[in-house]
Amino acid sequence: MSCNRMENRILPYVDGRLKAGEMKEMEAHLKTCAACELRVNEFRAVSGLLDELPQIVPSGAFDARVRARVAAEPVKQSWWSVFAPSPRVAFAASMLLLATVWFGSRPSEMVPTNTGVEQEAQVVSDLPVLENMDVLSNFDALSDLPQPVSDESNQQQQPDTNTEM
Amino acid sequence: MARSDVQLMLDVKAGDDESFALLLHRYRSPLVNFLYRMVRNREQAEDLAQEVFIRVYRAREEYVPSAKFTTWLFRIATNLALNSVRDTRHQRMELSLDAPITTDAEDGDEKTLDVADKHPDIEQHLVEEARKKMIRHAIDKLPEKQRAAVLLHKYQELDYNEIAKIMECSESALKSLLFRAYETLRVELAPLVAGAKA
Repeated sequence: MSCNRMENRILPYVDGRLKAGEMKEMEAHLKTCAACELRVNEFRAVSGLLDELPQIVPSGAFDARVRARVAAEPVKQSWWSVFAPSPRVAFAASMLLLATVWFGSRPSEMVPTNTGVEQEAQVVSDLPVLENMDVLSNFDALSDLPQPVSDESNQQQQPDTNTEM
Repeated sequence: MARSDVQLMLDVKAGDDESFALLLHRYRSPLVNFLYRMVRNREQAEDLAQEVFIRVYRAREEYVPSAKFTTWLFRIATNLALNSVRDTRHQRMELSLDAPITTDAEDGDEKTLDVADKHPDIEQHLVEEARKKMIRHAIDKLPEKQRAAVLLHKYQELDYNEIAKIMECSESALKSLLFRAYETLRVELAPLVAGAKA
C-alpha cells in the first residue's frame, strides 16, 4: 500500500479513530515503512505540544454581559398577542364573531314573506271560477267590447261567429 | 440527569430563558478559548463569543434539531472568527511589529515581562514561556482554515464528520486540511518535536 494513500489516515491513527479494518492496514504498512512510522511519531509529538497550551478563563463579567444583551433583545409577539393587553377587546371580538356565525347559520325558510301568502290565497279563491265550464264557454261578455271601425269584413263576420257558438 | 444540548435549546425555543443560561454556562469556556486562539485577543474573543450566543438566542424560534448543537454553535463561531481574522489581518501585522516582549498571554493578562521579578525558577520559567510562545506562534502562522480545523480537532475534540460540517467541506477534504496543518506544525516545531521524541 502506498504512503500517499496512508497520509489521510495518519492523524486518525494517532487519534485512535480509525475503523478496525483501516487500523490493521495501517499497522501492516507501518511495519514496512520507516518514513510513515516517523511521521506518526512526529504527529504524536506535535499533538502533545499542543496540549501544553493552557486554557484561559472567561472574565467574570462575561455571563452578565451576555445576559444583559439577551434581556435587551426585542420580544417576538404572535398576532394573537395583540389582544393580550386587553382581555375585554378579545371578549368583545369573540362575541361579535359568535353572533355573526349564529345569524348567518339560521335557515332562510323560517322567515316567510307576506306577498307569497297573499298570492297563494288569491289563486285558491279563483279556482271555482276557473273550473266552471259554463262561465268559460259564454262569450257574451265579448259583445260589450268596442267594434273596430276600419275593417268591414270583420264587422260582418263577428255576429256570425257569435251565432254559431 | 443533565438535559442534552438539544433539549435545552428546545426549552429555550419554548421560552425558557434559564435553559439558555445553562447552555451559556456549558459552552462559554470552550467558545472563548476557541475564539481566543483564532483571533489572539482576549477582549475581541469575548466580544465574538457574546455575538455567537446572541445569534443562537435570536435563532431560537427557528431552531430545528437537525444536527448536533455543537456543530451549529461552532459553525457560527468559526464563521465569525474567520471574518474577524480577515478583517483585522492588516491591523495585527502592524501590532506584531511594534509589540513588546510579553509574558504568556494565555493567562488573559498580557503584562510586560519584568525580568527583575524574582521568580524562584526564573530560568525554567523563561524556557517554558519561550516554548509556549513558539507553539502559539506556529499555530498563528497556519492559514485561517487550517488553524480553525486544528483547534476544533485538538481542543474541542470533535469528530471528523462534525468538524467537516462546521467547516462546510467533505470529511476527506477535512482530513487533507488537517494533514497539511500538522505537516506545517511538525516543521515549525521541529526543535521541540525532536526533543519530545527523544
